[in-house]
Amino acid sequence: MITRRNFLRSALAGAAGLALPITALELLGPRRLRAERYDSSGVRWVFLVDTYKCVGCGLCVKACKQENEIPYDANVTRTWVERYVLTRDNRLFADSPKGARDGFITSRIDLGQGRYQDIKKEDIKKAFFVPKLCNQCENPPCVQVCPVGATYQAADGVVLVDRKWCIGCGYCIMACPYGVRFFHPNYHVAEKCNFCYHRITRGMKSACVDACPFGARQIGNIKDPDDPVTKVIMTERVAVLKEEYGTKPQVYYLGLSKEVR
Amino acid sequence: MVHGEAWTLKELFTYPNEYIYWSIQIVMYPFMTGLVAGAFVLSSLYHVFGIKKLKDMARFSLVFSFALLFVAPMPLLFHLQQPLRGLYVFMTPHFTSAIAAFGIVFSTYGAIVASELWFVYRRHFVEAALPLKEKSGKSPVEWFTYLVFCALTLGVYDVSEKSLEKDEKAVKVLAAAGIPVALFLHGYAGFIFGSVKANALWMTPLMPVIFIMSAIVSGIALCMFTYIVAMELRKLFSASRRRAAFRALPADHSPAHQGRSLQGAEPGVIQITSRYLLLFLVAAISLELLDLIFRGYTAVKSWDVLRSVIYGKDFISIFILQYGLGNLVPLILFLMPGLTVRRALLGTLLVLFGVFMMRWNVVIGGQAFSLTFAGYMHYHLPIIPHDYETFKEGLAGALTVGLMPFPLFWVMSKIFPVFDSGGRHE
Ligand code: SF4
Ligand code: SF4
Repeated sequence: MITRRNFLRSALAGAAGLALPITALELLGPRRLRAERYDSSGVRWVFLVDTYKCVGCGLCVKACKQENEIPYDANVTRTWVERYVLTRDNRLFADSPKGARDGFITSRIDLGQGRYQDIKKEDIKKAFFVPKLCNQCENPPCVQVCPVGATYQAADGVVLVDRKWCIGCGYCIMACPYGVRFFHPNYHVAEKCNFCYHRITRGMKSACVDACPFGARQIGNIKDPDDPVTKVIMTERVAVLKEEYGTKPQVYYLGLSKEVR
Repeated sequence: MVHGEAWTLKELFTYPNEYIYWSIQIVMYPFMTGLVAGAFVLSSLYHVFGIKKLKDMARFSLVFSFALLFVAPMPLLFHLQQPLRGLYVFMTPHFTSAIAAFGIVFSTYGAIVASELWFVYRRHFVEAALPLKEKSGKSPVEWFTYLVFCALTLGVYDVSEKSLEKDEKAVKVLAAAGIPVALFLHGYAGFIFGSVKANALWMTPLMPVIFIMSAIVSGIALCMFTYIVAMELRKLFSASRRRAAFRALPADHSPAHQGRSLQGAEPGVIQITSRYLLLFLVAAISLELLDLIFRGYTAVKSWDVLRSVIYGKDFISIFILQYGLGNLVPLILFLMPGLTVRRALLGTLLVLFGVFMMRWNVVIGGQAFSLTFAGYMHYHLPIIPHDYETFKEGLAGALTVGLMPFPLFWVMSKIFPVFDSGGRHE
């Protein structure tokens, strides 16, 4: 027999029972959670490299390997430094032994396969260092080609890899024109620089920026007009790498030279 | 050790993370898919365009295409770093990726081939199942055969003239529908490479078309090759069987008996098939040369390093092995008058080798130079495996994939008899 009292009671219980899971969902929604912790609207991470300041010490590479747990001796790295040497007879040499993890400790150029090239000081016309990292492209081909969507772009512009979903096909590695990506030796999935996402979303700087004693590396938010990095990019002559691929890279370089690959 | 390091040698200026990530299995992948597509196109030539002389070949290549179909995704799976996650491509396809549609295209194609096969062999299934059904006291083997064929009929036992006519129509429609899908399947494999803008060698809109042409070439060549070998083997077996019978029962050795002995490969079939092979071979070579000439003529930024690879480091594998041994020699072999079965066999083998080298030169050649355009990478195929990775991405893995279709084909030919041309089906 359904009395009014009974009906109301069970209706109330039912409503409460229904509401409970809904609120639980509401509370645990990943989007909500993320928004609560870190608001990505109004943020677009960019990087600024001042090649004039880089001395090729490789401290950034070391710091990156430690911070992001890339096996120290594995011949892959999320960031690296290249050395370019142009001689008086117009020959170009470039190398990046072990990604410059230990800096450039010898003046000999590494030609690969155990061969080296000695260059006399007086033969050098110009020489400089260029740090490299993921460009967090605005139009990232690595994201485009991933067959399962394991590589994706966050709202703040950083391109991320989902280690639980990557099938390890390597298509993204082939698609990146900058040679930034590789397979993680332990996780066996695609790996690359993500501007130390775990740090920058908590208000810290990336490990390489903190490690550079000369201020050659800076990270900033281009949507913030008061950000010092934004100011440099807006007012000074900056360049990006391999613009012809249409990837719209977001790592800006001061003092880029035409020899840089 | 990092993936790729085991077989990559770097020279001059390369980026630190660069290795040959797409190795032998990615050479096998377009090679095998190409065979699938090519075999199907060959079978359709008879069904759709009614090229009567290809009748024997048509059934043969249809079954072979089906066997190859199961092998085609294997190299992809083998090369994945996370093979257990392979199904994610079906679960969460990301459609801006050229690989994502693989599941859809592939299963569509598979469904078409399977249903065409069913219509072609329906009558055979019924004829195999019915006598067993009536037989009492079936042996376990007979029970098994009965159940298999019973299931294969899908409950349709109508083999009247009218229904068979309908079958024939269905086969025609499916074969016609299958051609674009087969071409799409492979053109799409070409697109996977052609759309990688980071790779100077791969990026050309011609890539899908080149892939399709060479796919048809390789498919026809493989079918011809297997057809010749199978027919000759049958001839050999039946001859030895006859000899054995002759020893046991000398009285039975009558001319009439001998007259029923099996023929080897039919020269007529070989002749006409080789004509189609030539047609597509010429188309494939022209397209590839066009691509090469165009690159040299326009000479964009990447041309310097490409030229040093094409005319220097890879000269032997491109011009001697691929164009010379794989294209020119078979072209001459097939064009010389009076084509013999043995010459055709050699020709098809060389053509297959040529297409394989083409895939090799695209996949490995595309990674032979660094993204810096100032360095090179050399690929050393792991011959003797010393761990799982060098097994699956080495010679052993490639051979596994390459040989797999043959036992599969053998098993399938038990269900879909390909040689019986006793007018069982049309
Ligand atoms: S630099 Fe390479 S890995 Fe980074 S976003 Fe651009 S394409 Fe992707
Ligand atoms: S390797 Fe992983 S992240 Fe890269 S394309 Fe394949 S599935 Fe996507």
